[in-house]
Amino acid sequence: MKCRKCGRGAVIELRRHNAAFCEPDFVEFFRNQVREAIRKHRMFTPEEAVLVAVSGGKDSLALWEVLIEEGYRTTGLYLDLGIFDYSIESKARCEKFATAHGVPLIVTAVAEEIGAPVPIIKTVTRRPPCSGCGLSKRYLMNRVALERGFPVVATGHNLDDEAATLFGSVMHWQTDALPRQSPALAATHPKLVRRVKPLYRLSERETAAYAFLRRIDYIVEECPFAAGATSIAHKEILSRMEEASPGAKHNFLFGFLDRARAAFERVEAVALQECTRCGQVTTGTVCAFCKLADQVKRAT
Amino acid sequence: MKVILRNPKREVQVAGGRRVKDVLRELEIIPETVLVIRGDTLVTADQMVTDDDTIELRPVMSGGSASRDAPRRGPPRARRAVK
Repeated sequence: MKCRKCGRGAVIELRRHNAAFCEPDFVEFFRNQVREAIRKHRMFTPEEAVLVAVSGGKDSLALWEVLIEEGYRTTGLYLDLGIFDYSIESKARCEKFATAHGVPLIVTAVAEEIGAPVPIIKTVTRRPPCSGCGLSKRYLMNRVALERGFPVVATGHNLDDEAATLFGSVMHWQTDALPRQSPALAATHPKLVRRVKPLYRLSERETAAYAFLRRIDYIVEECPFAAGATSIAHKEILSRMEEASPGAKHNFLFGFLDRARAAFERVEAVALQECTRCGQVTTGTVCAFCKLADQVKRAT
Repeated sequence: MKVILRNPKREVQVAGGRRVKDVLRELEIIPETVLVIRGDTLVTADQMVTDDDTIELRPVMSGGSASRDAPRRGPPRARRAVK
């Protein structure tokens, strides 16, 4: 197979683009897709400081690498979830990456902020660990960005993540969540920061390939709590569809963003309050994070 | 030929002398879900592998942010998408 651009031997085939690329041309393709995502959704300007949420995995470290190479002013944020060796090793990858690239890394521990690590939260709430984990990460990402003066947080969500989330929302007809699914979420309140996903145009396999070719030392092992998660099941379904019909995932996601998302928007906006305890944004009186922290405190 | 699988890390032996896509088909692995690595480089599905080759099939799918049974609640605050 030959590179579409230069004719040399290809290292990766992208059937959904009817293309194959050699290493340097694939790297350029990948970065171009990130540039297009940033431009199209006005994610951030070169003058803005970007907080990059990193987990030590291939997506967030690939994202961070691209943004550094593109000349953006970045700081990493690692949230220590306290998940056994997985957290120890993933944190080490982030620290190693930050040192190697000469960029700052903020580390915040969920256990210090909410009173317990994710494995304890799981037993306290008796819900899937992903529930308390996701809630904590979103809350802390926003709060750290606000406290440190970052106007925007970037996460490593890729095309597969977004398509799987969309698929799950459609399967359950979560009409409240659908209009809020976007590669760029505006700051609709003074205590909310912009949330962007610059890798949304790139598939998970393409992101893994980029991380591998750029010799990024990411953690390959999965979170021990991830086994059997619905999102992975959905990704498998979508991957089968993609095999049979290349382009199915991006047609699904981009078609939704361009033509269907607006149809789910409501006229009346949800009223946003400030949590009476911590001041972060909530639709209730006390935010879900503080409620979870209370629950943890009562149980431990 | 040796095939290294991950999560958990293990090895299997399969016949070489055919294309990568045929090895994936035999192992019932969806190509979209893995990186095919030989040495320090990636290999496309049409390439031939020999009996002496060692390849790694590295899974790429991560996940877990959606809860298994409970319907996913939207984030606790409304967001307006940019543009």
